[in-house]
Amino acid sequence: MSYLFSHPLPWYVAGPLIGLVVPALLLLGNKPFGISSNFSHVCAMISPGRVRYGPDWKQVGGWNLAFLAGIFVGAAAAWQLAPPRTLTLSPATVDALHRLGLTDLTGLAPHEVFAWSGLFTVKGFAAIVVGGFLVGFGTAYAGGCTSGHAISGLADLQPASLLAVCGFFAGGLTATYVVLPILFR
Amino acid sequence: MTLVPYFALGSAFGFLLVEAEVVSWFRIQEMFRFDAFHMYGIIGAAVLTAALSLLIIKRLALRGSDGRPLGFPPKALGTGIRYVAGGSLFGLGWALTGACPGPLVALVGAGVPVMAVAVVSALAGTWTYTALRPKLPH
Repeated sequence: MSYLFSHPLPWYVAGPLIGLVVPALLLLGNKPFGISSNFSHVCAMISPGRVRYGPDWKQVGGWNLAFLAGIFVGAAAAWQLAPPRTLTLSPATVDALHRLGLTDLTGLAPHEVFAWSGLFTVKGFAAIVVGGFLVGFGTAYAGGCTSGHAISGLADLQPASLLAVCGFFAGGLTATYVVLPILFR
Repeated sequence: MTLVPYFALGSAFGFLLVEAEVVSWFRIQEMFRFDAFHMYGIIGAAVLTAALSLLIIKRLALRGSDGRPLGFPPKALGTGIRYVAGGSLFGLGWALTGACPGPLVALVGAGVPVMAVAVVSALAGTWTYTALRPKLPH
């Protein structure tokens, strides 16, 4: 089936379609596009310890957890039907990643790091466990992620979201130019 | 409230995330190294499309079934610290994992099952924030 798609799906196709999720959710039930809230909903669902959460997660987050389940199923379907197995990357990035010591640039993420065995290496632990923790902590603190702040918030001209997006890049650039070279070399 | 339309919309979104390679650690590196336009094109076009849609929704004064106007409640700015600090911590995590929350979950189903560990770790992160919230500046 992979002849159906040239990879990657071009930005001028994927971008507008992703943007349409915002009005689609509003028209469906006046819901705000924001994935990271689901971490709070799941925490509230399993509620370990005596941490206080907002209102009832089923009432507030049920639709969003269904949306998240959809993401998992849609992504799995895409991977089965038309998987992007090897990406065509910019030569400058290929060079930079080689200099970081990554040799295998096939797949969606470096196999040397994002594998079960990688969990027991310093870089794998940092990328998967520490990185994941920072995603959960940071989005909860900032009150949103790429969907809530960068797409919905910027489209709605919210100053708070512009600040958050500046933060996303401050952190991302620090990780790219300072943390990764230390970890990977 | 039926959850089916939300599940269907999420599936379409997850499908797009994989086919446009937004879920790839490599594409996120390209973005943070400013080596390719792809990710900026996607985010930029998404913001523009969403902004135009919001304008149309406001112009038509559309309301939900509860009578409230369709749209987002304004986010309280406060000192702005939570957005800068929280945003920067998330940015660090975004570049390390190569995934924001949607792609993190998408990757578990798209050939990188070890991302399930990152999802559990993200839950621990959100739990920790909620426990520390009274002590953090906002």
